Amino acid sequence: MSARQLRLLAAAVVILLAAAPLYLAPFSITLLNYIGVYALVALGLVLMTGVGGMVSFGQASFMGIAAYSTAWASAIMGYSPWLGLLLALVMTGIVAAILGGVTLRLHGHFLSLSTIAWGLAIYFTFGNVDGLGHFSGIMAIPPVSIGSLKLLGSNQIYFLIWFILLMAMLLSYNLLNSREGRAMLALRGGNAMVESLGISAFRIKLVTFVIAALLAAFAGWLYAHMNRFVSPSPFDVTMGIEFLMMAMLGGSGYLLGAVVGSALITFLKNGVQDYLPLIAPNAAGQLEIVVFSALFILFLQYAREGIVPFIAGWLPEPKRTPPVATEPLPRRAQPQADQILLTVEGATRRFGGLLAVNDVSFELKSGEILALIGPNGAGKSTMFNVLTGALRASAGRITFAGNDITRAPQRNIAKEGVARTFQHVKLRPRMSLLDNVLLGAYSRTRSGFFAGALGLDRREERQARYEAMQQLKRVGLGDRPFELAGNLPLGNQRVLEIARALAADPVLLVLDEPAAGLRRLEKRALADLLRSLRKEGLTILLVEHDMEFVMNLVDRIVVMEFGCKLCEGNPEEVRDDERVQEAYLGSVA
Amino acid sequence: MNAQIAAILTLDGIATGAIYVLIALGFVLIFAVTRVIFVPFGDIAAFTALTLAALETKHLPGTVGLVAALAVLATLMEIGSHLRAGTYEQIPRALLFYLVLPLIPAAAVYFTAGTLLPTPLRLALALALIMPVSPLLDRVVFRPIADGTVLLLLTVAVALHFALVGLGLLFFGPEGVRTQSLVDYTLMLGNIPVSGQAILVVGAAIVFSGLLFLFFEFTLSGKSLQATSINRVGARLMGIRPERAGTVAYLLGSLLAGVSGILISADNTIFYDSGFLIGLKAFVGAIIGGLVSFPVTALGSMLVGILESFAAFQSSAFKEVIVFSILIPVLLWRSYTFAHSEEDIDE
Repeated sequence: MSARQLRLLAAAVVILLAAAPLYLAPFSITLLNYIGVYALVALGLVLMTGVGGMVSFGQASFMGIAAYSTAWASAIMGYSPWLGLLLALVMTGIVAAILGGVTLRLHGHFLSLSTIAWGLAIYFTFGNVDGLGHFSGIMAIPPVSIGSLKLLGSNQIYFLIWFILLMAMLLSYNLLNSREGRAMLALRGGNAMVESLGISAFRIKLVTFVIAALLAAFAGWLYAHMNRFVSPSPFDVTMGIEFLMMAMLGGSGYLLGAVVGSALITFLKNGVQDYLPLIAPNAAGQLEIVVFSALFILFLQYAREGIVPFIAGWLPEPKRTPPVATEPLPRRAQPQADQILLTVEGATRRFGGLLAVNDVSFELKSGEILALIGPNGAGKSTMFNVLTGALRASAGRITFAGNDITRAPQRNIAKEGVARTFQHVKLRPRMSLLDNVLLGAYSRTRSGFFAGALGLDRREERQARYEAMQQLKRVGLGDRPFELAGNLPLGNQRVLEIARALAADPVLLVLDEPAAGLRRLEKRALADLLRSLRKEGLTILLVEHDMEFVMNLVDRIVVMEFGCKLCEGNPEEVRDDERVQEAYLGSVA
Repeated sequence: MNAQIAAILTLDGIATGAIYVLIALGFVLIFAVTRVIFVPFGDIAAFTALTLAALETKHLPGTVGLVAALAVLATLMEIGSHLRAGTYEQIPRALLFYLVLPLIPAAAVYFTAGTLLPTPLRLALALALIMPVSPLLDRVVFRPIADGTVLLLLTVAVALHFALVGLGLLFFGPEGVRTQSLVDYTLMLGNIPVSGQAILVVGAAIVFSGLLFLFFEFTLSGKSLQATSINRVGARLMGIRPERAGTVAYLLGSLLAGVSGILISADNTIFYDSGFLIGLKAFVGAIIGGLVSFPVTALGSMLVGILESFAAFQSSAFKEVIVFSILIPVLLWRSYTFAHSEEDIDE
């Protein structure tokens, strides 16, 4: 499907929606209203859970905070509902920022459990605070009015609900295709890679969490003025899981999934309410939740991906145009050749009683390729992790370009110009090659969440895409930029990691076994690439087991064994060193 | 608040905490062996209380229908998977374990429902009836996704809890119940009265924690459970079936939850949906133990009980808010001290 056809389809959907009150019965419009409101909450969950990998059972309580804020402002204090909206957004934003700040450092299921805890705590707060009507709620909430028009009927608030929903989807779509959006997408799969690119995973999580809460706040505000009544019960954890169900059923990770899931659940609920009394006249209410939970469990057991990706699998691939040439991103000045770039003094790393790296010292000059070699278990990767900040040194001192980076967090070291690859490849297999490389350019670009959502980042985005494409071409992967990274063979995935590192315009490139899994010709191409990078003034530090590759490429070698430095020198010296021969081949005797 | 009130609140809290200890130990046990955070555990406790109350009033407890329905479902699934795998010779065994065994206590209850049995027999019957519920739920709900992430299992467990609450209303009705007090005795500690029920609860918590400890330390079955919890693949290579270890864990956990349900309902009115809050509070205790340490879990649950008792005295309206709010700092502390692997989040 071409972009033109897609736009036509989208326009048709918008027109159909806009004309809905003309051809649909009022009851159907009411249903559509609920779908729209719930879809807003589900959209937040898509961003948070589907994209960012944080499962929350507590979104209903954010909706509740907003609904209660506007109910209090408009029904009790008599202010305009628009002031209620402001209050709702501010209150929800503050609560979300505090809760997120406290809980988002939690991992996986601990985070989800905390959402149940604060979800319940907030729910009980609604029912017990004086002045909020306790468990019977707040009544007589005024309708929203635009100018002199009061949005009293479901036909009228319908337009407001779907306008807000469509805007939210548009902004979210822009955001996901921007710099910060890619960082959100990269959250799933651990923090190590994200931080190594200079991205603060915590900051991205926090902003995503607040965005999801604010979307729920819009929903809560609309809900309060649509029903003109609020009570605690629609905002408890049961509803929280229903929202989660909508997001996952629709296809978490897909913006459209929020609307599809919300529509499906709302229709299903409506149908169940219609038909269950026919099957079980006395127990319909009880059975409803049983049926829903059972369906959800079945869904999670057999079709976790959701509906939208299932349908999208049947549609033809959208055509995407590769990035076009544009003004390149500014590059950083490389240091002069033959200066001391990196100094490692007495670096030590302990894991409990195990000394993985023991008092290792070496220097790295700008513009050279240095290899760190040694038998398996010598501590090479640990050394790498220590000097890129992924692990903290237990003792010793590491200086990079004159700055002490021994205690610096990984992302700051990355911003200084150290880019790395990993021994166990860390890519995002479900993102395209181009997007994976674009992640590398994160620290060279500036556009924030607002710029991304509002589309103010287009110029920088074009530059970054061009840069990423150039790096892909450079490593030899330029022919299929939109292939998913997970479809590459392992050797090429390593090369893709190099492209990602290059996109950061590094001063020092740290490669952990770059040639592993490559075929002979590919290894030769890689060696040529590294040589040309050296010619450009880049400094390279690598760990590699392929001695032919190392000996023909590097300027100097540092040999490690059992965590200690054995010797260092140029390839010939190292090859002739008896200690090295003994370490690799056993005693010469 | 004077010293006497503080003492009374503390004692009261310890009695409540002891109930949470039993449920929390079950949480830790099941999580360790199956990685499932079995949220419906509180529901199992509540259902035991409702079962016992029905037996006391000579009604047929709804649990009979629940067990029968689950047993049939589990048997069908088990037979289905044997048919697909072509392991026909396993079918009689499946029938025995998934249909006959769970239905024995159900049948016993069904045929004795009209008569009031002596108390020990009644308690035993209530426990025997409730014990198959979670292993059957494990077979029906969790076994098909046993290799999923902890997060997926948790999401399913939360959904399962809501299904059970609905089923609870269906099978037990909306009325709250209170079971007969098991002991009628009050001890005076100085000028502070301590009810026999409280002593019984604390005693039960100590006995069952002790039994659990002995089971893990001194039986082969306990060791195989431990092995499964440390490394499923490794345990499988050593000839331990993780599924079997899971079933044992669920049975033991149900026993603990059942006992706590019996103990709690003598002092509190229990409704079909009371289990969630009881379970979650116990859960706070289990989290304090990091879902791994049994002794710290026991201490943590006690702490939750005492906190709840003081919170209820200070501000009864906000006691739930206070109890659940402490989960957040606890989770934070645990998250920092918990050794996690970087790649534990799924792609």
